[in-house]
Amino acid sequence: MKILFLFVFLVISTNVYAVNEESILADSFPDKLSDFGFFLDNNAQTPHEKVLPYELISSLFSDYSYKQRWLYVPQNKFARYVEDQVFEFPVGSALIKTFYYPIDERDQSQGKQLLETRVLLNKSGGWKAVSYVWNTEQNEAVKKIAGKSINVNWIDFEGELKEVRYRVPNVNQCKECHALADEIIPIGPKARNINKDIDFTEGRYNQLAYWMQKEIISEVPNNLISPVDWSDNSKHIDDRARSYLDINCGHCHSPLGNANSTGLYLHLNETRNTQLGMYKKPVATGRGSGGLKYSIVPGSADKSILVHRMESMDPGVMMPESGRSLTHKEAVQMVRDWIDDMANSRRY
Amino acid sequence: MKLSRILTFLFFLAFFLKAYAKEVFIEPGPNAQEKLQEAMILMETGDTLVIKSGVYVLEDSLSLDVDKVIVRGEGMDKTILDFHDQKSGAQGLLVTSDAVTLKDFAILNAKGDALKVIGAKGISMIGLKTEWTGGPKSTNGAYGFYPVESENVLIDKCVAIGASDAGIYVGQSKNIIVRNSIAQYNVAGIEIENSYYADVYGNLASHNTAGILIFDLPDLPQQGGHHVRVFDNESIDNDTDNFAPEGNIVGEVPRGSGIIVMANSDVEIFSNVISGNGTVNLSIVSYGDDTEDSNYYPHPKRIQVHGNSFGPSGFNPDLGTGDLAKVLFEVSDGEMTDIFWDGVVPFSQMFFGQPENERLVVNEDNGTDFLAIKPIKYLLGFSAPINKDLHQFKGIINPLPPVQIEPF
Repeated sequence: MKILFLFVFLVISTNVYAVNEESILADSFPDKLSDFGFFLDNNAQTPHEKVLPYELISSLFSDYSYKQRWLYVPQNKFARYVEDQVFEFPVGSALIKTFYYPIDERDQSQGKQLLETRVLLNKSGGWKAVSYVWNTEQNEAVKKIAGKSINVNWIDFEGELKEVRYRVPNVNQCKECHALADEIIPIGPKARNINKDIDFTEGRYNQLAYWMQKEIISEVPNNLISPVDWSDNSKHIDDRARSYLDINCGHCHSPLGNANSTGLYLHLNETRNTQLGMYKKPVATGRGSGGLKYSIVPGSADKSILVHRMESMDPGVMMPESGRSLTHKEAVQMVRDWIDDMANSRRY
Repeated sequence: MKLSRILTFLFFLAFFLKAYAKEVFIEPGPNAQEKLQEAMILMETGDTLVIKSGVYVLEDSLSLDVDKVIVRGEGMDKTILDFHDQKSGAQGLLVTSDAVTLKDFAILNAKGDALKVIGAKGISMIGLKTEWTGGPKSTNGAYGFYPVESENVLIDKCVAIGASDAGIYVGQSKNIIVRNSIAQYNVAGIEIENSYYADVYGNLASHNTAGILIFDLPDLPQQGGHHVRVFDNESIDNDTDNFAPEGNIVGEVPRGSGIIVMANSDVEIFSNVISGNGTVNLSIVSYGDDTEDSNYYPHPKRIQVHGNSFGPSGFNPDLGTGDLAKVLFEVSDGEMTDIFWDGVVPFSQMFFGQPENERLVVNEDNGTDFLAIKPIKYLLGFSAPINKDLHQFKGIINPLPPVQIEPF
């Protein structure tokens, strides 16, 4: 009886609810998110069993929105580990990320408002990115090539009503951040970024170990140096700041990224002080400089262009250029502390 | 027989491609933002997007990432993309694809740069206008035209007004032509920075802080700017106070500069009209700040200046901005000149001067006021550490070959 039940379940899960690999590989994007079959329940965001949740140690700030991430790798194929880079995922893989706000951050049981689900699909010609915007019924998300503005509000931890003009990126804007040497690539899923424990349906495991066990990857380096959770006060502030800058800035501000012409490199591997911004003059910054002379003045956050641009909400000044309209106050404070105290830092 | 067969095939191929190239039209109206952006995303190689006459008020930046397309308006004074109410995006229009032609429209009041082009192999900007309509203000965006890390760049018959850095700026690029364009009321009218092979000709740069800048800066992926020809331009009456936000290199440029060459090699400046520049018509200078970049060469070399027409210069020097005007004023006892060379050379050249094949050559009329600093005397605090003898700088001109840009 038990075996029969399992058999029926398998038939259902593989035939009826299979992830639609054809839609991942197709030349064009399907119109509806449900066409991919990533979720068993759209509204509840219950993933197909082959669609694994994952989390990053530190993640990109997107106007305080919450994110849930999933990964799909075709059966019997492996993602290959590449040092310092994202895994080399096999063709047919998909990375899925849903953006939402809780109705009330103090009480998550009140539910959430789903905004968009972005997909990165590894087609035979390379990665392609597009976003699906959730309908008002919150049971389907529809393809949006040209992006969209959504006025959202939610109640934050302090009980304050927050409002934001949330921007769903258009496909070109996806590429602006996801470009490495002009090819679209994922940003988050590097081995070092997912080297942490999270809760799976079977229990709490390290994600790399779990991916090994699920045969998504076949090897994990044993000497991985990972970023830290920038919000973790127990960690050294150098590591917190560099981890935050890596995931929020380093994908563009790196030698092959979209902002390489600036000569300002904020990815985790950069070790040269000038390239990291110390007494580095702006190049084509215009009024982004805010009248300041250097990207980072060790000992003075107030004199550092980097802080000025992180704080700004002016589209002609703010960094990152897209993906936020609010200031990430907590992170700015952390970066301020890092710069103000740099004279005492162990490294700079 | 064989050749004719190939030609026939090519003819049909061209016909076939043409037949499948679409023209898409966009008109002003509600949802212009989404329609324009969607059209720019959905267009395919070979297509033309026509933006009909009218004012398009846009809240978010636009971007184009399709190779080999044309986006055109119906005239720089007819098709207006107005970003005065922009809420997101660091520029008006961003282009990231190759072989793109942009024609006959205007981008106004962008919050950041007006038109930015990154990493394009082939970009033609023809008959476009970028403007901040509130006059020169430090809150204006940095650049009007801003191709960077690109190859085969053409800027032709364009107009750039009001940029708080440079109206037309080409950075870290290769094979560049900037011609027949007008740059006014910017901090820098036209700036070629860290770039290779540029022809700048037939332009009018007036009422900027500085007319034309040929610069090279350290700590960048592409440096060693070289091979720039600046000819048949008018750089006149550059009389707008420097309004660049501090921190930017152009913030150091004094009001009333005609042309400045900094730290480039192989620059030929000829047949220009340089006049009415209150600080100095033409300066040739080294990069003056400290840098730890050991790959960077901070001095100009192989600069050739000939056959220019110099009008009034130095009548209202801007002593309050940067060092250039101050130094010239000091060493010349207030007798500002048409041409100024700061004379700064590597230490090895301080005693015996520049090597013959690197020297500054100035073949101008004998009446041209010229001043070069003698660095040793200047450093040691001698009085009158200067050389005003133009004859010592005459020489043979080795014309640089014209820049070729590959058609697409």
